[in-house]
Amino acid sequence: MREMLTGNGAAAWGARLAEVEYLPAFPITPQTEIIETIAKWIDFGECNCRIVMLDSEHSMITAAGAAATTGVRTFTATSSQGLLYGMEMLYTVAGWRAPFVLVNVSRGLASPITLEPDHNDILAARDCGFLQLHCATCQEVLDSVLLAFRVAEDPRVRLPVIVNLDGFYLSFTREPVKVPSVQEVAGFLPPFDPQNQGFRAGTPFSQAVAVLGGTAYSYFRYQSHLAARNAEAVFTESAVLFNETFGRSYQAVETYCCDDAEVVFVMMGSFATKAKAAVDQLRAAGQAVGLLRPLLLRPFPAEAVRRALVGKRGVAIVDQNLSPGYGGILHSEFAANLYGCRDVNPVLVSFIGGLGGRDIGPEEFFEMVNITRAAVASGCIPPPRLLYTESELRDMRKWQSIALEHRSGGELQ
Amino acid sequence: MSETRFKTVRNLPPDHLLGTGTAMCAGCGGLEALHQIYDILGEKTVFINAAGCMTLLAVYPFTPFRGSWLYTAMASAPAGAQGVRDALDILLERGRMTAAEDLQTVVLTGDGAAYGMGLSATSGAIERGLDFLYICYDNEGYGNTGQQTSGATPHGAGTATNKGALGYPGDKKDLFAIWAAHRPAYVATVIGAEPLDLARKVEQAMQLTGPRLILALAPCPTGWGFDPDATVQLGKLAVETGVWPLKESRGGKTMHTKVPKKRLPVEDYLKCQGRFAHLFVPERKDSVLLEIQAKIDAYWGAVECHGAVDP
Ligand SMILES: Cc1ncc(C[n+]2csc(CCOP(=O)(O)OP(=O)(O)O)c2C)c(N)n1
Ligand code: SF4
Repeated sequence: MREMLTGNGAAAWGARLAEVEYLPAFPITPQTEIIETIAKWIDFGECNCRIVMLDSEHSMITAAGAAATTGVRTFTATSSQGLLYGMEMLYTVAGWRAPFVLVNVSRGLASPITLEPDHNDILAARDCGFLQLHCATCQEVLDSVLLAFRVAEDPRVRLPVIVNLDGFYLSFTREPVKVPSVQEVAGFLPPFDPQNQGFRAGTPFSQAVAVLGGTAYSYFRYQSHLAARNAEAVFTESAVLFNETFGRSYQAVETYCCDDAEVVFVMMGSFATKAKAAVDQLRAAGQAVGLLRPLLLRPFPAEAVRRALVGKRGVAIVDQNLSPGYGGILHSEFAANLYGCRDVNPVLVSFIGGLGGRDIGPEEFFEMVNITRAAVASGCIPPPRLLYTESELRDMRKWQSIALEHRSGGELQ
Repeated sequence: MSETRFKTVRNLPPDHLLGTGTAMCAGCGGLEALHQIYDILGEKTVFINAAGCMTLLAVYPFTPFRGSWLYTAMASAPAGAQGVRDALDILLERGRMTAAEDLQTVVLTGDGAAYGMGLSATSGAIERGLDFLYICYDNEGYGNTGQQTSGATPHGAGTATNKGALGYPGDKKDLFAIWAAHRPAYVATVIGAEPLDLARKVEQAMQLTGPRLILALAPCPTGWGFDPDATVQLGKLAVETGVWPLKESRGGKTMHTKVPKKRLPVEDYLKCQGRFAHLFVPERKDSVLLEIQAKIDAYWGAVECHGAVDP
């Protein structure tokens, strides 16, 4: 069945097709449509799931982890402030090795408070122990939810997964999405087998007990890391089965026109589709450029990234996030990954763009290629470039003068 | 109180279920209460714990519990209980678990979590009618971190963050009333020094479904400054001076289960604790002592007016 679905609708369909049994929820724009959609299905008997409204995301993530660790298939969703409000529990439930899926609809973080997207929220959760899938299209959102459950529940992994989609650009944008049938999905995603986890009278189970000293602590932390490392192969394996079942192929790292490219863009999420369009235009203008997009960010597909960048001269990393005082987070991940590789040593140029939903225009992609080529030629690597146009600056100055006028006007009265 | 199997102390469980040798301090009044509560609740339980002293009951690879345990975080143990209870219900409904395998969902936290950081999660769990038992051991401060002032610290007490001559200037929050205002299935105060009263209340709580609170005053030798062998005596004094009213609330009605016939002066309770020493030395702080006494008298005056039953 092919439907016009928003990214939120696609996420809800993913959960429905995974036959999730439990949905702890809390509203936040631009995520709310996901929980409302599932709630409606539950109310009208189309979905056999229990929904419960918690008092906060901190509670919501606690309840999600607790239910998953008790043995039911659990799904939840949040965004931005909510993800950060629950941050303590993201780390905690990942340590429980509670396999469930959380959809995050990316939205810029306060301050200033905004509704529109960037990736600082999801990247703040980079080290929490959840795996991360970053979607570029509505189809990918639905498919990633199914993939995420399969990877999360695999006995070699058993970790929670965040599926990320961008607020507005995906959450509220309708695209044609193929919605598989329940039967098809059943062939791909078996029912959740909690194995040795779960609370039962007669088989006492102590979960998340304290440890004293670094020996036990390190052991359990290392276990989580090794499980996350396993997840890359499990993802690839699951993607192969996914392709056999549904005829759609996914890779941990998507590459577009990379083979013969001299300069490669690196982007995540829906804005990567803008880069894709720019690559087409740049190619039409005779420029050998390509795009690399990590779908899987945790575990970090280090080898696949290196392989895709062999022989490249320049890489323009467009971070839709900002680590104040450093620059782009993805840039640091790529730099760390490529450092010291003899046959993979492109010049990495860092760009910051798309913060709070700010658009990145085609001319800016052209300019980024120029800057990257200049850096390759000169060997001088510029500091992170903050994308901003003159006309934006003019608008900003206008607003500032209005704001100041209001203030001094207020004082005069 | 309805029919009870605990008519006299001789009916109290003869065997103790909770293992010994835990990391709790000698004379811990919270552990004293927990021992008694666990003997009655039994092993078909899953304890969902928030950060506090009792988190160190289960330290890998040991646990004193015969049933299950889940440590959450300081603020969200009731939300953990929600997830566990809901999941158990789903498993029961779908035939993936038998009724015989079902468990009581029990939250175990200190006062810091119960009166403060966890209040939002608690209120939410009560308003949703979650079927769980909340045990709060109230040592009137953040015990695990060294007895700083919490929402449960009483007026005048010295704490790690109120070391001045007058102690803590605020008043102890009324958690019993906060719970009761939610109209939960059951709320009761207990103390380990009154094991029969405690046993009857736990028994009562177990017969009900929905949100239930057992709020145990937990004399804390370490944080309150008294000898570990005085825990029971201090607990008795808390009741006999009227500092800790033993009561329960059900269906919107509050009953006092033990009204001290002739209340001892509160000084008897205060002067044997280091945390109140500044009220007696270097000189007596009569105004504070009178104020504390007056508040207790006013409380019991109102209770007596209503014949031990609050409207
Ligand atoms: C979010 C968070 N903040 C602070 C702490 C540090 N902490 C651990 S235990 C504790 C005190 C808890 O007090 P209470 O609930 O009264 O339990 P008690 O320690 O007295 O047993 C604190 C503040 C924590 N674990 N988590
Ligand atoms: S500090 Fe107090 S409450 Fe905590 S274990 Fe020691 S005696 Fe018990």
